[in-house]
Amino acid sequence: MDLAAVFILEILYSIAVLVLISAGLAVVFGMMRVINLAHGEFMMMGGYATIVAVKAGVNVYVAMLIVAPLAVGLIGLVVERLVIRFLYGRLVDTMLATWGLSLAFTGAAVMIFGNTTTGVSTPIEGFTLGAYQINGYNFFIIIVSILLLVASYIVLRGTRLGLVARGTMQSADMASALGYSPDRVYMTTFFVGSALAGLAGGVLAPLVGLVPTWGTLYIAKAFITVISGGASIVLGLLSSATVFGLVSQTFTFLSGPVIGEVALLVAAIVLLRLLPQGITGRFFKGRL
Amino acid sequence: MTITRRTILKGAAAAGSAALASPVFIRNAFAEDPIKLGTVFDISGIFDAYGKPIDMAVQLAVKQLNDGGGLLGRPIEHIGYDTQSNMALYTQYAQQLTRQVKVDVVHGGILSASREAIRQTLRRANTLYFYNIQYEGGVCDRNCFITGVTPAQTTEVQIPYTMEKWGKKVYILAADYNYGQLMARWIQKYFKDNGGETVAVDFFPLDVADFGSTITKIQTAAPDMVYSALVGGAHLSFYRQWAAAGMKSRIPLASTTLGVGSEHLVLTPEEGDGIVVCYNYSPELDTPANKAFTTAWGEMHGAETIPNIHELAVSNYQGIMLWAEAVKAANSVEHDSLITALDSGLSYEGPAGMVTIDPKTHHATLDVHLMEMRDQKLNVIKSFGAREPIDTQLVCDLVANPDDNQQYEIDI
Repeated sequence: MDLAAVFILEILYSIAVLVLISAGLAVVFGMMRVINLAHGEFMMMGGYATIVAVKAGVNVYVAMLIVAPLAVGLIGLVVERLVIRFLYGRLVDTMLATWGLSLAFTGAAVMIFGNTTTGVSTPIEGFTLGAYQINGYNFFIIIVSILLLVASYIVLRGTRLGLVARGTMQSADMASALGYSPDRVYMTTFFVGSALAGLAGGVLAPLVGLVPTWGTLYIAKAFITVISGGASIVLGLLSSATVFGLVSQTFTFLSGPVIGEVALLVAAIVLLRLLPQGITGRFFKGRL
Repeated sequence: MTITRRTILKGAAAAGSAALASPVFIRNAFAEDPIKLGTVFDISGIFDAYGKPIDMAVQLAVKQLNDGGGLLGRPIEHIGYDTQSNMALYTQYAQQLTRQVKVDVVHGGILSASREAIRQTLRRANTLYFYNIQYEGGVCDRNCFITGVTPAQTTEVQIPYTMEKWGKKVYILAADYNYGQLMARWIQKYFKDNGGETVAVDFFPLDVADFGSTITKIQTAAPDMVYSALVGGAHLSFYRQWAAAGMKSRIPLASTTLGVGSEHLVLTPEEGDGIVVCYNYSPELDTPANKAFTTAWGEMHGAETIPNIHELAVSNYQGIMLWAEAVKAANSVEHDSLITALDSGLSYEGPAGMVTIDPKTHHATLDVHLMEMRDQKLNVIKSFGAREPIDTQLVCDLVANPDDNQQYEIDI
């Protein structure tokens, strides 16, 4: 009974992590169709922003939830102005440009922080559930992910800002004709996407040893989750993260982490073979 | 014939050059020729946490040797290359060292892969090679001397200690490559030999950073202790997540790798305290030799770098000093006389204790120290003297078979 509860918690945690690491990419790639290969490096910078802020005496929650997203959002803004805005609609070119950026960011992090592992300790104590000890921080990550999904849904669905953003992504010319500046909408959306990546990096930083190449650990999973999710941003993210979290965690539990990772990839291949448009290309079509 | 001033000057010049060319002068000029010590290490790039302190240790060793008047009355010239954590540069620089620079000895390599990349080049060039890093064991090559510890040297004493302290059942976590796979087998063997049992072994690819389900699995198996042979930055997450789950007070940890790259400085005291490790060196060793070493290090590189001194750095320092002893004993830098000198049971008392070459394997007999992490330090609990490379001795005998040249996989 205890084991079942722990198992369910682990699955929820696994889903939450996938949601967290993919949210920024869902905005940048899912909405804007910009293949951002530097997504992992945005996360890495969020992690370093958190650690630097904590070491400077900032409260760890402020550092994770405010400093990291703001810092990375601003970096994203600069990147968009200097590089990305010239490349909208040119998939391969954005891919190359952002790949170059990811190398540059990794190099810069090595120069600034050195190639050693750094980190902050986890701010939440572990607790006991029956015969098991559980990482209390898992709950925090689950809650952050739920809030993130709810907030995205409300912004995209309920606010004028979300409506304009969605409209511009669908037809920039029409938005322009209606008096909205697509340039500014793209800029804002990219800022939000980068900030979400920064948030993911910040929230995950206390769980891991951070190195400048840390971003590469997550980039593949983030892309798999977003692509398998399909066109709808919130529902797509949630449904594919649920499928992959469930599959990978079950197999990790039954066998080991290697099999868990393999199972995730196999699930992604099977899913995309059956549903080439992603989960929301078939189900929940046209929903957010 | 009139003698002009010019003829006199000419004659004097000729006499002068004749004198310069005389054998006495030649011998003196030759005596000033430096002995060339080549090194190849990853000083930048992803392995720089290992390589930087090693490079500092090499500089310290060369400075101390030169301050003491060099070797055989000749100064030592250090020709060091930074391989930038790029395996391809190892072969390139090794060839440069042997063909162009024509060095007298090479110390170098960090990963086993880099050692295997240059070992054959140096053997063919008949250039003496020292690999001064702890590794998985099994290399058998007369041209190559290895002064780092091998698995059995440390785990054979670490496991009985932890078993007596904590119990009989172990759960093993290891990195999924050559070192981790072999290490996991050694751990299982020594648990079995001491009447214990292994409840499970899990291998992790080097980029796995999420250990949540593993931590649950470990609790289900309920072992008396966890042994970790995890490696690198991503795997450091395990110790952090283990502490965050509140497991530290429930199941104790021992490791065969943690701390070699100064990882205990990255973990907080709450995360690291109490983890038991066993290595050849700790900066906390309370011996006169280590005091002198850390003081000299502080004077050369700054006192703030002393906590960064790790086993791999000291191992390379000891490797160079041992080579220097061999040069003195052989009174030459000639290849075969040096090997004969090293094989004669030559030893050097270094910061980590006595280092002696075992002629059968060309590995070192070393002291090992059982340590416990406390407040980001490796505190020595107990020391074990003169541990022979028992694992490699099982497969390698260079006395009987001097032409041997391979890395054996030890059958455990």
